[in-house]
Amino acid sequence: MATAREYVGAPALATHGVLAHQAVAFAVMVALLALAPFIVYPVFLMKALCFALFACAFNLLIGYAGLLSFGHAAFLGSAGYVSAHVAKVWGMPPEVAILCGAAVSTVLGFAIGALAIRRQGIYFAMITLALAQLLFFFYVQAPFTGGEDGIQAVPRGVLFGLLDLRHVMTMYWVVFAIFLAGFLLIYRAIHSPFGQVLKSIRENEPRAVSLGYKVDQYKLLAFVLSAGLAGVAGGTKALVFQLASLTDVHWSMSGEVVLMTLLGGLGTVFGPVVGAFIVVTLENYLAQLGAWVTVVQGVIFVVCVLTFRRGVIGELGRLLGKPL
Amino acid sequence: MRTKVLLAAVAVVAFTVPAFAEISDNVIKIGVMNDQSGTYADLAGPGSVVAARMAVEDFGAARKGMKVEILVGDHQNKPDVGSGIARQWYDVDKVDVIVDVPTSSVVLAVNQVTREKNKALLVSTGATSDLTGKACSPNAIHWTYDTWALANGTGSAIVKTGGDSWFFLTADYAFGLALERDTEAVVVKNGGKVVGRVRHPFPTADFSSFLLQAQASKAKIIGLANAGADTTNAIKQGAEFGIGRGAQQFAGLLVFLTDVHALGLDKAQGLLLTEAFYWDLNDQTRAWSTRFAERHRGARPTMAQAGVYSAVLHYLKAVEALKSDDGPKVIAKMKEMPTDDPVFGKGKVREDGRKIHPMYLFEVKKPSESKGAWDYYKVRSTIPAEQAFRPLAEGGCELVKK
Amino acid sequence: MTILGIPVQALFGQLLIGLINGSFYALLSLGLAVIFGLLNIINFTHGAQYMMGAFVAYFLLHGAGLGYFASLVIAPIVVGLFGILIERTMLKQLYHLDHLYGLLLTFGLALIIQGLFRHEFGSSGLPYDIPPILTGGTNLGFMFLPRYRAWVVVFSLVTCLGTWYAIERTKLGAYLRAATENPALVQAFGINVPRMVTLTYGFGVALAALAGVLAAPIYQVNPLMGADLIIVVFAVVVIGGMGSILGSIVTGFGLGVIEGLTKVFYPEASNTVIFVIMGLVLLVRPAGLFGRER
Repeated sequence: MATAREYVGAPALATHGVLAHQAVAFAVMVALLALAPFIVYPVFLMKALCFALFACAFNLLIGYAGLLSFGHAAFLGSAGYVSAHVAKVWGMPPEVAILCGAAVSTVLGFAIGALAIRRQGIYFAMITLALAQLLFFFYVQAPFTGGEDGIQAVPRGVLFGLLDLRHVMTMYWVVFAIFLAGFLLIYRAIHSPFGQVLKSIRENEPRAVSLGYKVDQYKLLAFVLSAGLAGVAGGTKALVFQLASLTDVHWSMSGEVVLMTLLGGLGTVFGPVVGAFIVVTLENYLAQLGAWVTVVQGVIFVVCVLTFRRGVIGELGRLLGKPL
Repeated sequence: MRTKVLLAAVAVVAFTVPAFAEISDNVIKIGVMNDQSGTYADLAGPGSVVAARMAVEDFGAARKGMKVEILVGDHQNKPDVGSGIARQWYDVDKVDVIVDVPTSSVVLAVNQVTREKNKALLVSTGATSDLTGKACSPNAIHWTYDTWALANGTGSAIVKTGGDSWFFLTADYAFGLALERDTEAVVVKNGGKVVGRVRHPFPTADFSSFLLQAQASKAKIIGLANAGADTTNAIKQGAEFGIGRGAQQFAGLLVFLTDVHALGLDKAQGLLLTEAFYWDLNDQTRAWSTRFAERHRGARPTMAQAGVYSAVLHYLKAVEALKSDDGPKVIAKMKEMPTDDPVFGKGKVREDGRKIHPMYLFEVKKPSESKGAWDYYKVRSTIPAEQAFRPLAEGGCELVKK
Repeated sequence: MTILGIPVQALFGQLLIGLINGSFYALLSLGLAVIFGLLNIINFTHGAQYMMGAFVAYFLLHGAGLGYFASLVIAPIVVGLFGILIERTMLKQLYHLDHLYGLLLTFGLALIIQGLFRHEFGSSGLPYDIPPILTGGTNLGFMFLPRYRAWVVVFSLVTCLGTWYAIERTKLGAYLRAATENPALVQAFGINVPRMVTLTYGFGVALAALAGVLAAPIYQVNPLMGADLIIVVFAVVVIGGMGSILGSIVTGFGLGVIEGLTKVFYPEASNTVIFVIMGLVLLVRPAGLFGRER
């Protein structure tokens, strides 16, 4: 049924190579994030950075492959649990912990992706949601997760045997570096032939199939990549807060990452980062108001879907006439 | 900007109130952290804040020239939110002591953060007996009750009064399993037997299937090793199946006055439970509870809220005596000084951080026995303070000298 | 006599309980299937609308003194009207877009509704009593069956079958089904398709509210009662085959029974069994048991 519909994702502007204005935006982002910890509470910033990476990973899937995963919390939380366990119970250094977490979430991404890819669109979303919920209930009961308690007192350890992560500023630079690495990796993926094929699949899948591309493999690869990077975010977050809990595998967390990406701008490069920072800041300030936070999140969803589909960065990009 | 104002304030105050120069920033900041809007909002929530304010007023802080500020935090029953608030409070807002903290998973996380930052924690609503066991810390005191005391009170008292065959309905997560384990040990020790058990997922909305199994077991007592909505749902649905009025009775292992209020006497009658406080125990508790009710929409205080009052009062007395609000030092002082307040009467704090006072086994009245709202309990037995809590030697707390 | 260690009598009891739970799954997935089958919208707000049904029943009782049976009629109408309002003001604008936006919108609405109710009423829940005429029960020998629960099964069965009949066997139902496949053509025949769409959404929402009223006396009336339930219902709909009315009814009852059996043999898994089955069904029949590839 080929009706002209506005698909979920980025406006169709040519995006190959590194564009000058994007490089400028990148420099601005790096500069801001480098100066911020001296003004703002660093732990808050680290939280925002982890979520920014999570949102970027999620955006790869929805913004560029057009696949809405409603169960992405499974990857964030699973990696968090694994990293916490590896760091605390096995006593491994932080780099090993995070890598283990990411590895597990990659494998999970493969398993869930393989199952979900069989269906499209909304079915895909519902299947990811249900499978994530399955994992959630598993984690509630599995002894190693500590259930309601979560895994607490996770040691941050010493990175590469050199950097003591217990010092807040050291931890911040490490998290910042991890975020940048993930961000650049995603950027590279988007602006590669692989990213082009993904976009073509999103815009017209039957056409891509007829051109001979193994569409399912591309989608699965995007899914796995997204899951793996979400895992990096999850593992890092577990070390920052020294805690891995059920909140990170609950479906409301899946909803939050959708919110961040939608608000920031689906399919834009910097959108998820901005969206993540806005949402984390909002939640921090509204925390006193209890249930109002949920209401505000809901309102943002509704407003964005109805009138603000391009999101903050999307609108900014449109104003400037260049994709961001 | 904040720092400048703070420094100026400190400078001014330092010259005018030398007696309290050791108090950080010259303000005693108390953070009441609990669930303000979720499942535990009624039994602690805003009521605990009221109790804390009452303690500050009754202590007479203003009269004595001590500045006390109260902050409120909603941890939404999530350990990550709770530890995040604790961190921010200690690092940025310079809070000196955190009070209340329901939900065992959260209180353990906050306990950890408090120890790291070397501040103070007074737990009223949080239940896990690990706080005075393997997680004991020189920075914390466990005030009102714990899972061991509940298991002991409800378990032993019920067996002694004839309820010797038990069936457990347990929430399948750490807290529920711990409660089941502790209660089972007590039941068996007192000569009772456990004829069956079923673990239900946490949380569960529909208990019909599990209740059927409980009925089929013919146990005299159905022990509810769960809390909050699970407990009230189980009781409510149990009433549908006829449990509570006949041969079988429910034993609530963690039930608060507000849960009974929400259920109504019609459904909750006959329920056996253990609490540390009830507003109608004696003249002192009655007077205090009436004052509380005036400030809290007519609702009578739960043991959790009463505990917050008692803990904050004793804390302030210790700070006054020590002239300092340094975390571990105040905690040590609180252990040194005996406690006395209209809520729990006289008591003391043990070296493992356990406050002790008598516990009471209550039975919920029938509707015909109640004279009005909040008149819900009758006392079945009183457990003296020395027997109500886990013996010092058994906890495995490193602070206890062998 | 025992099967796998469980006495047969106890097993029958659990099967019956499973059937009762299945009634809720069937009613809710029916509402979702109707909305999805005919509108292609995943109504994430379904759980919140279920909750609203229960709350309306509570208000009718405590505010207007109207009892349970009145609520069974009034609550679905009230919440259905609210649904129509949502459809007219918001959902309508999204039809030309990718269906995912509909999902996101209804998700946001669910957050708003649940947040508002939670703010106003807390999370502990409000009591709603079983109507006196339906209290008590009968002793069937192998279990004590509360009369209210028997009522729930009967009422849902009737409603489900009635809805199925209306959609699959009546002229109105035929128009609806035709409109899903080719709205332009059906509109050309003079049938007001947009109005039908609106009314269908309202009907689906009303079904959710009806389930809410049925649930009120058993589960506490609380703002989050639909939140986790909705995800289970999604799984039910996926298993049954999205858009298949019969599929959702059969699957709903069937899964209720399976869940009930799981509670006997392996209770810790009773939360996950439906999702596991979903995974297995997807491996074997991606379109669901009764679904058709779209």
